[in-house]
Amino acid sequence: MTSPIAGGVDCDLHPAVPHLTSLLPYMNDYWRDQVTTRGMTDLVSQSYPTHSPISSRPDWRPAQGKPGADLADMQKQALDRFGVRFGICNPLYGVQMVFSEDMQDAFCRALNDWLAKEWLDKDDRLRGSIVIPTQSVEKSVAEIERCAGDRRFVQVLMLVMGDMPLGKRAYWPIYATAERLGLTIGIHAGSAYHNPPTSIGWGSYHIEDYVAQATAFQTQLTSLIVEGVFARHPNLKMVMLESGFTWLPAYLWRLHKFWRGIRMETPWVDRAPLEIVRSNIRFSLQPVDAPPDPATLNRLFDHMQSDELLLFSTDYPHWQFDGDEVLPPGLSPDLVRKIMIDNPFATYGRLQAVKETTP
Amino acid sequence: MNVQFRPESSASVSIETAIADCDIHPARATKDELYPYLAKRWHSHLETYGIQAYHGMMEGPPYPKAQPNASRRDAWPPEGGPQGSSLSFMQKQLLDPYNVALGVLNPLASGQGLRNQDLAGALCSAINDWQIEKWTSKDKRLKASIVVPNEDGVAAAAEIRKRAGDPNFVQVLLLSRNVEPLGQRRYWPVYEAAQEIGLPVGVHAFGFGGNPLTPSGWPSFYIEEMVGHAQCQQTVLASLVLEGVFERFPKLKMVMIEAGFGWAPSLAWRLDKSFERLHSEVPHLKRKPSEYIRDHVWWTTQPMEDPERRDHLFQTIEWIGWDRLLFATDYPHWDFDEPSRVLPAGVSEANREAFYLGNAKKLYGMV
Repeated sequence: MTSPIAGGVDCDLHPAVPHLTSLLPYMNDYWRDQVTTRGMTDLVSQSYPTHSPISSRPDWRPAQGKPGADLADMQKQALDRFGVRFGICNPLYGVQMVFSEDMQDAFCRALNDWLAKEWLDKDDRLRGSIVIPTQSVEKSVAEIERCAGDRRFVQVLMLVMGDMPLGKRAYWPIYATAERLGLTIGIHAGSAYHNPPTSIGWGSYHIEDYVAQATAFQTQLTSLIVEGVFARHPNLKMVMLESGFTWLPAYLWRLHKFWRGIRMETPWVDRAPLEIVRSNIRFSLQPVDAPPDPATLNRLFDHMQSDELLLFSTDYPHWQFDGDEVLPPGLSPDLVRKIMIDNPFATYGRLQAVKETTP
Repeated sequence: MNVQFRPESSASVSIETAIADCDIHPARATKDELYPYLAKRWHSHLETYGIQAYHGMMEGPPYPKAQPNASRRDAWPPEGGPQGSSLSFMQKQLLDPYNVALGVLNPLASGQGLRNQDLAGALCSAINDWQIEKWTSKDKRLKASIVVPNEDGVAAAAEIRKRAGDPNFVQVLLLSRNVEPLGQRRYWPVYEAAQEIGLPVGVHAFGFGGNPLTPSGWPSFYIEEMVGHAQCQQTVLASLVLEGVFERFPKLKMVMIEAGFGWAPSLAWRLDKSFERLHSEVPHLKRKPSEYIRDHVWWTTQPMEDPERRDHLFQTIEWIGWDRLLFATDYPHWDFDEPSRVLPAGVSEANREAFYLGNAKKLYGMV
């Protein structure tokens, strides 16, 4: 086992909204009325059914309520346990699934205000991601601008499976706003279920959806690179969250090969895909989709050809590891320091700013 | 892969050791070349309504290729017709100079992936007859693939059984993108019939099944479609494993064609890890997903994985198995892999032989 070191950044924590009614205090009269008179149910996504084994480690599952809903549990089981200096909250509440952009907007605003008040206000280590109503780029930009004044928000959060490929030009105002305000773009596993959850249609099983998340990240990375997002926004950092990373080397071999062959189709792509990934894309550590065998893992790290790509994450309360084995076995002390401290601070501009002003 | 024009290509290289080419695409020289194999009713149907696939274009692909017919610019036959439509030119440009001992034909524009299932069935059957008459009966090195109306399992199984025991055919061919993921039950009659007549099922990257090409909708560019074949194929394989296809058809062999193989280890690890957590949802699986993959799946090599460092390639192949790779050129397509340049130095003679010929001969029953 590789031991964590103190002072790290946990880049993927999931505080749970207990129920849609928990957001009512953060909605205006109209939306409170909509939720109650229409008898709306809780917005739990099929991506993370509450009782699915991956949605919570067995020993982190509370006696009552949703895993991740209790701050004291998160402190004890993750923040204190792994001695982190900061933990970034990425709420996965299923607000993206609704089809009305007005409703999605109202729910995102409520969710962001709820996060600030019920979590960020209660533990200085916590930082937040701004959840945006991606069906409307205009409303998304407005929500980023509304929240960004609170420096505890360090990132904008989007789902890996949404309405359109994320590189599409329609989304670029979101990226421009994030870059201007010093926020990263976090892309997290999960689907709005506005499209079938795989590129070949609907499967039968939850496990199929979960396995497919990794392929969704691959298609998004292609879209972001070939549409030219990073030619326009060379300083924008994007973080793939709960994406897995062991697929990256072979994925890049293929993308690089085709880019070399048909780059005339996308002449604005000004650097090789591998180079773009190295400078602009980061990946959360968990899940580690590899055998628990140091030799294989170290080969994989060698195939990645960079030690700057991975950011420490527990994926709390999801079940990615047991006990304290949050870091895979066989990592060198240097790599542990990079993954836990150096890489996250280099990625999140707003954390770096705090680091530079406080001892 | 970037070599697009080689004026002397047919004569410039000669390979002394025989190879198998497990992905060759034969084409029709003229639009009506299939008519002798089709009932009259379909001639007028095709003239009137054309071919309607699961996308909007009446002619050509929705994502324009980077060159005509996605083919090498030196592959136009001298007698006319599209690339890949002339046996004599294929012999001159591919089979003779590269010493191809076994060439597996995979017709792509075949009738698979059409909305009208009666037309799909008629076209597929015609293509199967045409492969024998125009290709395999005229050059014994060539073997055909049974194409089937993929969305109609019953008709597909009947077409497969019709070809049972015919030595012209060495596999059943499906495309990767269908109306549903290929593990779904509507496709099981294909696997049942293939297992019964003892042929592997090849799944070639490509096709349109009506679903957006990504789980976030339709991408913009041809390169996204091309790179995306690897993601589609991973989803195909996950579906086959998780639906229990290999549990139900224990002798079934599947070939992943033209979608890469470098992604296989990571997919297998992810499947295994997820299965550890979620096995109660899929109790019909008796073994780890990676074990089904190891026992039931082969991979064609083109487009060859091309990392900067060859040790990365070798390590990846070791994770998959040297006994599971089948060399392919993808002739006459533009991303043709030249046999003499595909495998870096440093491979044992036994592995080299398996890669270029031995695995294919064994799989396709040529020994």
